[in-house]
Amino acid sequence: MVIINKIQQYFENRKLSSNPLVAELQRALSRDRVLEEEEDRLLHSKDESVFEGGLAGPVCFPRTTEEVQAIMRIAQLFEHPVIPRGAGSGLAGGAVPLGAPIVVAMTEMNKINEVDIDNRIAWVEPGVINFELSEYLRPMGFHYAPDPSSQQICTIGGNVANNSGGPHCLADGVTDSHVVAIEVVLPDGELGQFGGIDSEPRGLDLRGAFIGSEGTLGITTKIAVRLTPNPEEVQTILISFATMRKAAETVSAVIANGIVPAAMEAMDQKTIEVIEKHIPAGYPTDVGAVLLVEVEGLPDGVENDALQICEIAEAHEALDIKLAQNSWQREALWKGRKSAFGASTYLAPNYYLHDTVVPRSQLANVLDKVNELAAANELTVMNVFHAGDGNLHPLILFDAEEEGTLERVHAVGAEIVKISLEAGGVLSGEHGIGIEKQEFMSELFTDEDLRHQNKLRYAFDPQCRINPGKILPIGHSCADIQTLHKPPEGIWV
Amino acid sequence: MKTPFDSLIKEFVKEVGSTGPVAIEGGKTRWNLHGLPTAETNIIRAPSGIITHTPEEMIVKVRAGTTVMELHKDLKKNGQRTSLPERGGTVGGAIAVGENHLNMLGRGRVRDAVLQIRYISAEGEIITCGAPVVKNVSGFSLHKLMVGSLGTLGVIAEVTLRTNPIPDMSTWVTASSKTPQDIFNALYKPSAVLWDGETIWVHLEGHVSDIENQRKTLLNLGNFEAVEDAPGLPRYRWSMKPSDLVQINRQETGNFVASIGVGTLWADRPQPRKPVDQVSEKITKELKHQFDPHGRLNPGRTFL
Ligand SMILES: Cc1cc2nc3c(=O)[nH]c(=O)nc-3n(C[C@H](O)[C@H](O)[C@H](O)COP(=O)(O)OP(=O)(O)OC[C@H]3O[C@@H](n4cnc5c(N)ncnc54)[C@H](O)[C@@H]3O)c2cc1C
Repeated sequence: MVIINKIQQYFENRKLSSNPLVAELQRALSRDRVLEEEEDRLLHSKDESVFEGGLAGPVCFPRTTEEVQAIMRIAQLFEHPVIPRGAGSGLAGGAVPLGAPIVVAMTEMNKINEVDIDNRIAWVEPGVINFELSEYLRPMGFHYAPDPSSQQICTIGGNVANNSGGPHCLADGVTDSHVVAIEVVLPDGELGQFGGIDSEPRGLDLRGAFIGSEGTLGITTKIAVRLTPNPEEVQTILISFATMRKAAETVSAVIANGIVPAAMEAMDQKTIEVIEKHIPAGYPTDVGAVLLVEVEGLPDGVENDALQICEIAEAHEALDIKLAQNSWQREALWKGRKSAFGASTYLAPNYYLHDTVVPRSQLANVLDKVNELAAANELTVMNVFHAGDGNLHPLILFDAEEEGTLERVHAVGAEIVKISLEAGGVLSGEHGIGIEKQEFMSELFTDEDLRHQNKLRYAFDPQCRINPGKILPIGHSCADIQTLHKPPEGIWV
Repeated sequence: MKTPFDSLIKEFVKEVGSTGPVAIEGGKTRWNLHGLPTAETNIIRAPSGIITHTPEEMIVKVRAGTTVMELHKDLKKNGQRTSLPERGGTVGGAIAVGENHLNMLGRGRVRDAVLQIRYISAEGEIITCGAPVVKNVSGFSLHKLMVGSLGTLGVIAEVTLRTNPIPDMSTWVTASSKTPQDIFNALYKPSAVLWDGETIWVHLEGHVSDIENQRKTLLNLGNFEAVEDAPGLPRYRWSMKPSDLVQINRQETGNFVASIGVGTLWADRPQPRKPVDQVSEKITKELKHQFDPHGRLNPGRTFL
């Protein structure tokens, strides 16, 4: 028996990579779940952001927590960086590998392990797709509340890492409010559980510190999400306005009146036009802007809030107010909103989606400035955004083939960030900092603030090996970002 | 945008200084939690007062020494409130302790309400984390780490909180019940469901006619009648899995009041210590070392 095992081992080993790091990873997982071919690495060198220049090392597809731990231990032994990866739908470059790290693609850890109705939570693996989780829960009378527009593809692990939001996060909060516990593999391969199912877990909120850390503190392998009861009543309202200013003022007024709808999304004229070309959602194309508002809850409260919203809209010169009459109409209205980015290709082949937040009362002013800026730079911009929480999403449209355009797009992007900060806003509402906004961090935080953020990172990852070169700007991070842009010598060039 | 600090916060920075043990006293409602400060500790108070309340943004910026009562009294003028518990303590204290309001299901969690914190570091610098907007993922969530940190990582000086509207109506109803979970399940988002083994108290908030309808649902399940207020709560606070609340061992707890669907339990006896996850312990120690290498912030208090 021993001899047969040895022979088997011999043949197994023969098939392993000649690269010692890769061979070790293959031994821990399997030959076919650790990829090192250039095309595989290229495929995992990008996310949905516009950032080029990523360079992946070996790409691993673990299936168990133990395998993730093994990868981390090997990485530590070889002093090699690691980057966790979900679906790669991130828009700030969070999943773009710098310095040829081992890419840990979590997509094969995609089981819903347990739905615990009594405790109103579900334990899921990080590779579970956001939409699939909600669909799975809905017949049980529940859903998972955060619904990023990318929900058909993005993973819960990616949502946790980015503290993602979505249209329906206005009343009930973003990912952080819906994740009660996480299991995390640390850079040294040890396994911790942060948070808990009990009401007020003892100790520091390491769960809260991990959520939104963009894959820099460890790899989450199991997540306990909160189940939200399906609402008894839903009312979806489409309100059109002559101008975006009027729409934005309505948003402010609704909130000022003490109404927090479940969702309150805004779309400008260009957005409406391309959506209607793409899929007929039922939006009027001859108006300046629309608001898509949804109220949820018990029937009378819903009716009351909906009525008040309509009155406020009328006071702000709404051109038309349409209530979804049935679930089919409601779905069409939402489908339009969620396909806006894809529909933008009717205007230009590429887009750069920005994400900043401003105080709601500043929405109208900031949008005017964004539009002026785009016009002055001869760029087209579409605005489709989470208006209820002041989360702007200007979509700059361009053709990457046209020489010099990308530079102009980046320059306008930088200006949008500045305008938002000047209005009392922040760098990002849901996409994160990644590599996109690293260098703007110093505009929002002082050197001491950033030093303290790095202390947090350091406590989890003292060698700065997990997703190095992200979030903190040069000079504040424990990794030297400049060197990460150069591939390590000898391998994977 | 980096915003300046007012003079009271600057004074406070001087008071905290950069050497010697220091602790902040709030309302002293949770003074004994996880240990007492050592004898030689300099005990000071955080500055108080509301800095700005922007009702239309549903945001309030307040100095840490303000009492929660004061804060809520002021917010009420604009029909708003926060999720902080009203127990006679200060805003800074409530955040440092991190315990939720009795009506957490209706008001939300304390940790979800905290948008920005400014704290004084062990070195005596003012550190800003988070931001005064309702949605933000710019950088590491240090402000989340501060909630429930008992002031062991930094001295909380100023806080920006999310506010929420006070509902049109709110009422407590009570009945005797042996099946609290069924009652909880029959309701849509109640604010609180409390149970002492014999009697159940339900807090309903919202639109007047919705409350009437919820009340009707309850009448099908028991002899519910209106009461003034929540029941008195025993002394010790337990943190449990919501599903464990229906099989409480009274020998272990003594008299109790349980928050159904939440997991908090108030009992006559303290909760036995649960083992701390070793990895969490390691990181907690490292964080303390990083943020307060000489152990000057709230010495004597520890989670470990
Ligand atoms: C069309 C479109 C619409 C979008 N709409 C929204 C929206 O409405 N709201 C919103 O918030 N975002 C939106 N996004 C952005 C993106 O989808 C989210 O950030 C999403 O959460 C990323 O998930 P992912 O699985 O694709 O993660 P990836 O992009 O693969 O990774 C994102 C980050 O998470 C880390 N990570 C992934 N898995 C793990 C893990 N298991 N452990 C630790 N770290 C991990 C990665 O290292 C990386 O830093 C949109 C993107 C697109 C393309």
